[in-house]
Amino acid sequence: MDCNGSDVRGLDIHAGPRSEDVLPASATAAVKVVIVGGFGVGKTTLVGAVSEIRPLTTEETMTQAGVGVDDLAGIEHKTETTVAMDFGRISINEQLVLYLFGTPGQERFWFLWNGLFEGALGAVVLLDTRRLEVSYDVIGQLEERGVPFVVGVNRFPESPSYPMAQLRAAMDLDEAVPMVECDARDRASCRDILLTLMRYLYTLTTVSPEHQ
Amino acid sequence: MNEPGPEDPSTVPGSPDRLYILTGGQARAGKKAELDLVTLIVSRTETDPGLQPEHAAIVRMCDYPLSVAEISAYLELPVSTLTLLLTELLTRNQVEARPPVPAAALPDVQLLEAVMNGLQRL
Repeated sequence: MDCNGSDVRGLDIHAGPRSEDVLPASATAAVKVVIVGGFGVGKTTLVGAVSEIRPLTTEETMTQAGVGVDDLAGIEHKTETTVAMDFGRISINEQLVLYLFGTPGQERFWFLWNGLFEGALGAVVLLDTRRLEVSYDVIGQLEERGVPFVVGVNRFPESPSYPMAQLRAAMDLDEAVPMVECDARDRASCRDILLTLMRYLYTLTTVSPEHQ
Repeated sequence: MNEPGPEDPSTVPGSPDRLYILTGGQARAGKKAELDLVTLIVSRTETDPGLQPEHAAIVRMCDYPLSVAEISAYLELPVSTLTLLLTELLTRNQVEARPPVPAAALPDVQLLEAVMNGLQRL
């Protein structure tokens, strides 16, 4: 593919999209959807399955007070961490572009990344049935921030197979929030979960907000 | 071209030292453009030899619209660093920014219909 000698350290001044990855000049605006889920649950697989470009990686530098990072009680220090996130793109029409962002691996960074959830149409929570507590926390955070979401259950052969109703109960999930099975490797399945999110947003928009 | 050598790291385009110097002053002054990860950036000018290599790379790349996230990925720069570089280019009118569709409390129906139509064609 593109192997025109980008060096790791310095800036590759010829970097840029391959010609087939270029957006039309008419692209006027973009929207984004965030894919949330624990490490290894299939976020990047999902992004790759529906993206029209090879998924890319963006990064951000996070500065954190070193609380809980080590046990040197009383010593306060700041740590700088570079956090990476994979994303993909779907051209909706000549003007509109949809970007899909997979959250970084470590959940403590999900809500620290400024602007990741702001302005997002919504989120897809990929439920990791091997680590339900991670999803439980993130669902709470999304609710708190008013980010609408749907839940996808990516079935792995080795993961415990709970009935949907039981998962919904365990997640303390509102009946109105769609919860569907998905296969993150399958393009049609990933498209369908995005459509599920859009239909859900549609009902939220068109139905009176009294049912909050 | 820019072989890493024993030279001053602050002269190597894209090096952390250099980017710190290029963007550090502004970071402290706190004047950053309001850019989203999916704000689309489009060049308004051709690259000119007077541009810093980082700026020139952005201007060249944004011949056609590209999101902030994509530029960050191709240049392997953190989003916050890139935002500062873009702020300079915006101030000098060398690029334009096309902001994302504002997601009000809830997105509007026409937008959702457009996205659904687009997804159905996948």
